[in-house]
Amino acid sequence: MRDTATVEPMLDIRNITLRFGGVVAIRDISFDIRQGEIRAIIGPNGAGKSSMLNVINGFYHPQEGEIWFRGKRRGPMRPHEIARQGLARTFQNIALFKGMTTLDNIMTGRMTRMRSSMLEQALWWGRAEREENAHREKVERIIDFLEIQSIRKTPVGRLPYGLQKRVELGRALAAEPELLLLDEPMAGMNVEEKEDMSRFILDVNDEFGTTIALIEHDMGVVMDISDRVVVLDYGRKIGDGTPDEVRNNPDVIDAYLGVSHD
Amino acid sequence: MSIEALNLIEVLINGLMAGVMYALVALGFVLIFKSSGIFNYAQGVMALFAAMTLVGLQTGQVPFAHLLNAITGMHVTHFGWNMPSGLAILLTLGVMVGLAFLVERLVLKHLVNQEPIILFMATIGLAFFLEGFGDLMWTAEIKQLDVGLPGGLSEWFEGASMALADPEAGYWGMYVDKLDVTAAVVAALLVISLTLFSQYTRAGRALRAVADDHQAALSVGISLRFIWVMVWSIAGLVALVAGIMWGSKTGVQTSLSLIALKALPVLMLGGFTSIPGAIVGGLIIGAGEKLFEYFVTSDAFHGLTGFNIDATENWFAYVLALLFLVFRPQGLFGDRIIERV
Amino acid sequence: MFYREAGDFKTSYSDDGQTFPIAFDRWRYYAVMAVAFLVIPFLINDYWEKSILMPFLVWSTVAIGLNILTGYCGQLSLGTGGFMAVGAYASYKLMTAFPELNIFFVVLLSGGITALVGVLFGLPSMRIKGFYLAVATLAAQFFLVWLFNKVPWFYNYSASGQITAPERSVFGILVTGPNAAPWATYLFALVILTGLAWVARNLTRGRVGRSWMAIRDMDIAAEIIGVNPLATKLSAFAVSSFYIGVGGALFFSVYLGAAEVGEAFGIDKSFLVLFMIIIGGLGSIFGSFAGAAFMVLLPVLLKNVLVGGLGWPTDLAAHLQMLIVGGLIVLFLILEPHGLAQLWRIAKEKLRLWPFPH
Ligand SMILES: Nc1ncnc2c1ncn2[C@@H]1O[C@H](COP(=O)(O)OP(=O)(O)OP(=O)(O)O)[C@@H](O)[C@H]1O
Ligand SMILES: [Mg+2]
Repeated sequence: MRDTATVEPMLDIRNITLRFGGVVAIRDISFDIRQGEIRAIIGPNGAGKSSMLNVINGFYHPQEGEIWFRGKRRGPMRPHEIARQGLARTFQNIALFKGMTTLDNIMTGRMTRMRSSMLEQALWWGRAEREENAHREKVERIIDFLEIQSIRKTPVGRLPYGLQKRVELGRALAAEPELLLLDEPMAGMNVEEKEDMSRFILDVNDEFGTTIALIEHDMGVVMDISDRVVVLDYGRKIGDGTPDEVRNNPDVIDAYLGVSHD
Repeated sequence: MSIEALNLIEVLINGLMAGVMYALVALGFVLIFKSSGIFNYAQGVMALFAAMTLVGLQTGQVPFAHLLNAITGMHVTHFGWNMPSGLAILLTLGVMVGLAFLVERLVLKHLVNQEPIILFMATIGLAFFLEGFGDLMWTAEIKQLDVGLPGGLSEWFEGASMALADPEAGYWGMYVDKLDVTAAVVAALLVISLTLFSQYTRAGRALRAVADDHQAALSVGISLRFIWVMVWSIAGLVALVAGIMWGSKTGVQTSLSLIALKALPVLMLGGFTSIPGAIVGGLIIGAGEKLFEYFVTSDAFHGLTGFNIDATENWFAYVLALLFLVFRPQGLFGDRIIERV
Repeated sequence: MFYREAGDFKTSYSDDGQTFPIAFDRWRYYAVMAVAFLVIPFLINDYWEKSILMPFLVWSTVAIGLNILTGYCGQLSLGTGGFMAVGAYASYKLMTAFPELNIFFVVLLSGGITALVGVLFGLPSMRIKGFYLAVATLAAQFFLVWLFNKVPWFYNYSASGQITAPERSVFGILVTGPNAAPWATYLFALVILTGLAWVARNLTRGRVGRSWMAIRDMDIAAEIIGVNPLATKLSAFAVSSFYIGVGGALFFSVYLGAAEVGEAFGIDKSFLVLFMIIIGGLGSIFGSFAGAAFMVLLPVLLKNVLVGGLGWPTDLAAHLQMLIVGGLIVLFLILEPHGLAQLWRIAKEKLRLWPFPH
């Protein structure tokens, strides 16, 4: 385990409450994510995990609470503005752009970094072409990293599930985010695919120093790759700490009723 | 009461009556949308087609006479019989059920799980196909439709309104068409019977189950295909009623299919899934556009602004729906939906 | 045998991103351009100009415009006729107010004005989606046509309520008015269309096009990865309306010469163009051309065969046409949502592998 305790938190979530009509999806939850760590968020179905990610990237607006990013309180912002601050994510139910190729999907991840104007684009002149090629080079590197060269020009709608998940990771990586949010990146995968995915996640964290927040149901994987774990249940936080601490937390054991005894 | 007030009330009543007509078409939309999520643009053309078929059967037109004549050089037009209205209506209903069956077989079955927007465009194609088909079958001429519904000036409204005015003022009474009143009554009966159907029959309950939760309904063994044929049949019935009403009022003609377009803003206001919404939306649009036209063509408006405009009914409904949606995207009766990822 | 990628290796990303990566396609494209610019102007006559070539050029321009909004950005519009009317009336007002202004700039400025109007009616897209938005565009359709019909300033208070294009020329050659030569009007429209098609291709291959398609395929995810949805939709409305406005200006000033708004720019035109892009191929520039060609040629063909050949009455042919078009729409949506463009692509795939399948 790395020692990240002394590091300033990159993201600090303070007393967030989120309601949908009568349903309280998140109830007064606080936790932080430190620079460079892999932070897992776990909990049974409907615990509010995905909602938490949606709050972090500004898609849901919590009724109460504050979010501090890099020591500054974040005001009300639209998701696309937050993305520009260095947040990227993948989704629980794959949210790729079905009509576009793998290459184009990953290129969209670089959109926030493109600067050429509409006019330059229209005339394919000046920065337009140079920029396109420069970003294409970065994207090709991601394609190599994820080992998906052969499906570069395939429309993603035709790809099998596991590859789609990988392309979605590629799209998020293309943004070169400071904080990467992954919502169940291994759901529905077989053991081998899970191992590949775990390796990619660890490599990203290692090589690029990307901070990662990750939702995952597979306890084995969570305990293996994460630095710290926060546990939610019915919208409440019932545990927070290193994998070992969490594993031995009686509330967590109760909530999982045996699942954590493996 | 002053004559101005009475005039305004007359405009309002006629607007509400027109609104009932819009609501009749909108009703068909709601039924189909609720049970299958398909926005059926062809609903208006279905009304036109039903009315054409009804007239054709009643007057004994030879189907595809034009086409036959062109191909074979014959000159057939009519069989030379006159069918009683009741029988013709029943047979037309049969045709609409057959249509529902064909639509399910040939179109819907192949488009399950497509994007709503693709389905919408497919129904636009269906509308054009059906209109071309109807024209080929029954010709595109304007036809009289008469199934014996009462029509003409309602003396009751005339007398009652005259009694309200100052006898010295020279007020002539309101003009309200009996046909409009009939349409209102028929629409009410239709809504009541649809409600009873969905509450108290097995088929109706299955329908509601599908509307509430597709997956759950399927898992308890309700056949989606059966539901679709049924819903499109009921929508065909509603189209027939709307076709009879509109056809009796304005004659059966191609412009009937354009009422489908008017039903769109009605649905925007009322929400796509609510039958009361369709009625209320229809009434608001009908009354709104008549009152607005009355207002902008009044001397007072002209004097105040100098504008000399009319025929605002062309766009009023759409612009109203647009402005309304911008402020309340879920419609009058819908709940606010927060999207998920 | 010639249709091969082999030996045609790409050494840079620029090469890989070009419009026609296969040499044979490139040559065919040059050949088409040569025929269009160098051969047809010498062969063209009045009949070909009026019933086939000019309609094809005008509707291709408009179809590219709608395809950008609906095919690329996923925003269904039924207001195409109304936006064409804006282009037409803008060109009329510009021509009559500034007689010195070159018709080329008149047409482009008309597109610009239409773009502004398009953005205005696109604003609701920040709150409403799908067919709700389609109704918003219906509001544009009916309101705009009504406006040009009812406000006499737009038709310069002419008694008939019609607008008539004055004579204008390019390099001293007439391109508008009844005395313009077929080859001149044809070349004028062709030059504009070629330029605009090239721009559309550029816009759709890079950042802008990808942001449109991202919004089309999954707007929520697009916003979360950093696409500004409002700016993106509005840019699609603006560019699309620009094309449609240019098309409307050409339609009125170069092709028709005179127009009455309800008749020339009614809702039927909105549907016509929608059908072009569905049949041609949603999200394809080539498909816009294919669809326009198809919808221009079908009535001509039916008329020649059924009315001219078999002696059927014209209304019968019209009904049959409606039935065929409606049926084709459904058929394409079921079998090949990417339209003729995709069929073409598949045919080429087959050819590439011929004579060895797989
Ligand atoms: N957009 C929404 N509208 C209404 N309710 C919502 C919405 N999003 C989430 N909820 C509710 O909030 C609660 C938490 O949902 P959430 O998706 O965050 O759970 P989760 O922990 O991700 O579960 P899972 O493991 O199944 O993905 C649930 O009760 C859910 O129904
Ligand atoms: Mg979840």
